This record gives sequence, C-alpha cells and structure tokens, in this order.
Amino acid sequence: MADDEIILADLSDDELVMQMHDDLYDGLKEEIEEGVNLLISRGWTPYDTLTKALVAGMTIVGADFRDGILFVPEVLLAANAMKGGMFILKPLLIATGAPRMGKMVIGTVKGDIHDIGKNLVGMMMEGAGFEVRDLGINNSVEKYLAALEEEKPDILGMSALLTTTMPYMKVVIDTMKEKGMREDYIVLVGGAPLNEEFSKAIGADAYCRDAAVAVETAKALVLRKHNQMNA
Amino acid sequence: MALISDVTLTEQGLEPAHQGRVLLIACGALAHEVLAVKRLNGWQHLDLQCLPANLHLYPDRITDAVEKAVLAHRGEYERFFVLYADCGTGGQLLAKCQELGVEMIEGPHCYSFFEGNAEFASHPDEFTAFYLTDFLVRQFDAFVWRPMGLDRHPQLRDMYFGNYTKLVYQAQTNDPALDVKAEECARRLGLAYERRFTGYGDLATVMAQAAG
Repeated sequence: MADDEIILADLSDDELVMQMHDDLYDGLKEEIEEGVNLLISRGWTPYDTLTKALVAGMTIVGADFRDGILFVPEVLLAANAMKGGMFILKPLLIATGAPRMGKMVIGTVKGDIHDIGKNLVGMMMEGAGFEVRDLGINNSVEKYLAALEEEKPDILGMSALLTTTMPYMKVVIDTMKEKGMREDYIVLVGGAPLNEEFSKAIGADAYCRDAAVAVETAKALVLRKHNQMNA
Repeated sequence: MALISDVTLTEQGLEPAHQGRVLLIACGALAHEVLAVKRLNGWQHLDLQCLPANLHLYPDRITDAVEKAVLAHRGEYERFFVLYADCGTGGQLLAKCQELGVEMIEGPHCYSFFEGNAEFASHPDEFTAFYLTDFLVRQFDAFVWRPMGLDRHPQLRDMYFGNYTKLVYQAQTNDPALDVKAEECARRLGLAYERRFTGYGDLATVMAQAAG
C-alpha cells in the first residue's frame, strides 16, 4: 500500500464528500461505490448522498466540460463512476420516498444509434430527482407515442447526433400535434448538430446544449407547468 | 507539387497558391482527393485552400472558419466553391454559403458524397455502420482513437461503439496497405469489416461544375 493512499473510511463526512467529488472527476467507480456505502452506513439519507456527493460532483464535471477543461472521455469515465453510485442508491431512494421532480421519457430518434449524450442526460435527470424511462436508440414515432401513453410523463426528451436524423424530431412533434397531445408534454431536444433555431423551427419547447442545461431547463419548465395548472 | 503531409492537413490545413480564377475551400481531409481530381483533369484555374481537418472534432467551428476563408479572399477570385458537406453543422454551413453567395457540395457528410449522395441515401438501413475514408484510415489514431481517449481508456470503446455493427472502409484508391490498416481499425473497434470502393464519387462531379 502506498503511504499517500487515502483511506476513505478514515475521512470525516465533509472530507469524504470532497474526496468523492475528486474521485468522480477522476472517474474512479470503485471509490465512488465505496464512498456511497460509507455515507449510507453513517446514517446519511440516500437523497443527501445523491445530491451532495454525486450530483454536486457531476456538476463540477459538467462545468469543466462546458468550459473546455474536460473532454468527452473524462466525462464518460465520471458518468460511469456516478452510475456505480446510482446503482446502489436507486432502490434506497425509492424505498425512502425521496422527493420527485417529475417524469421523463427519453430516447434517440429513428435511424440514429448514438446514445452517449442521451445517457448522460438521463442519468443527470435521475440525479436531479426525475423518474426516467429510457427508450434507448432508433425510436420510431409509434414507440415514442406508446411510451407517452403508458408513462404519462411531464417531459419527452429526444436526441439525435446526425444531420440526417434530426429532422425526425419534427415528425414526432407533428404527430403529437395531429393527435392533439402536444400541449400535454414538455418537449426537450438535444444533440451535437442541433441548435436553438432548429428547436424553435420544429416546435420543441427547448434545445438543451448539454446535460446540465437539460436538468435546469426541465426543472424550470416543469415548475412553470405545475404553476399554470394550479393557477 | 510536393506531397502534403496528413499531419499538416489535420492541424494546419493548406494555404492557397493564389493562382487561378476559382478558389475551392475544402476540408483538409479532402486535400489529396481534390488535388488528384484537379491533376487528372488539368484544371489549372482551380486553386485550393484547405482548412485544418481537425475542425471536424468541433463541427460548431466549421461555419465560421469557412466564412473567414471566403471573406479573406474576396476580390482575389471570380468564384468560390466550398467542398464541405453539412458535416454536423446542422444546416448552418449551407445557410452561410447562401448568404455569402458561394456554392457548396451537397450531402450530409463526405461518406455520402464519396459514395454518391443518391447511392448513399438508398441504404438508410445502414445506420449501424461506422465509415472511414482513405484519409481517415491513415489518420485513424489522430481522428478516432486518441480524441475518444481510447489510447488512455480502452474500456470506453463499447460505450462509443457498442451500437455499431460494422466498419465500412470507403476506398477512394486501390491501396492494399490501406485495406490492411482499415481491417485492423475494424478489429480494434470490435466491428465487422467491409471494404467498398467508391472512387471520388460526387466530389469529381462537383469539381467539374466548379471548373466549368
């Protein structure tokens, strides 16, 4: 054992949380899993463990990605580490009735197999307290609509990486309009070739540049929707 | 003209020779092919400027870089022709070219116009294929392996490529050494391999329009 190796169990709660932020940044999955188990064993609620240790850590990762300090490989490693922590926390969150922000159905559009960004968004949305049903890749309009009917979510999220597949988002939104169900859902879109202008042109509610923006946009629009319903 | 190195084309691009009536503004990844078509046809009035091929790692920067190149040489040439497809700009490059009054090659990306846009569009079910061209086979490590961090974190490979089923090498030339390397690229990515000779496809047709 190296002299400078950090023993997570020897750290105070505050030190441990700071160390977990560092470990998330460095993509150290096993250390994150150990940290989560330690916090839970010390009586932390699953919700506090999630938000203060994991989500706060991923927020730093997201900010550094946005600022060009971190790149996709490092973000993926961090996400993989967070996934390890989430796997432990998910059943505990359900069992303890942690606060829920809303529900989202998310998927990559038909003809497109790219899911890295979509997976990151799904994970960060779960971290922010949303229940997420992930439809995976290559989704037809029928599959999206069936999931909406089944799940009755607040949000539909669609992702595309290709210039050739992003127009399919409009097919989905137009079909929702035809069926008179467009206004029942918040529609968020994202993917490398998209932009704000495209999002407006196809009739989405918002374009989300990255996972952090998706979470903030989702929270704001869900809150607005609930306020409108209660007005 | 001496052979330009792929590293130069990747990182710096190619300055125009300031000779000719028509300036082609192309991706550095197309330089060898554009110069080959020009040489084969004797189109001395076509000049070529290449932007660094590694712009493809940041598609949101392509439109501004093309605009800057056009504006820098306004008045020097009778016509400009942009040899980029949409290349992940989400229609912004086309809109900018229309605004600038310059033409550009059609298609979503070079894999499409090398095969021929019509032919490429005829197999929409091939969306689980990962494409490489001659340039990308030669520069596989610089464009795929290292930017994706696979040299440092090989465990990420399946997060990137788990949904792909095959690597299609679109060969512009018949070069057995490139075939071997392309097959090796497929093996490294854990994908099935297919070689497809395309030649220069729509690139040659478009260059003929630019030359006319």
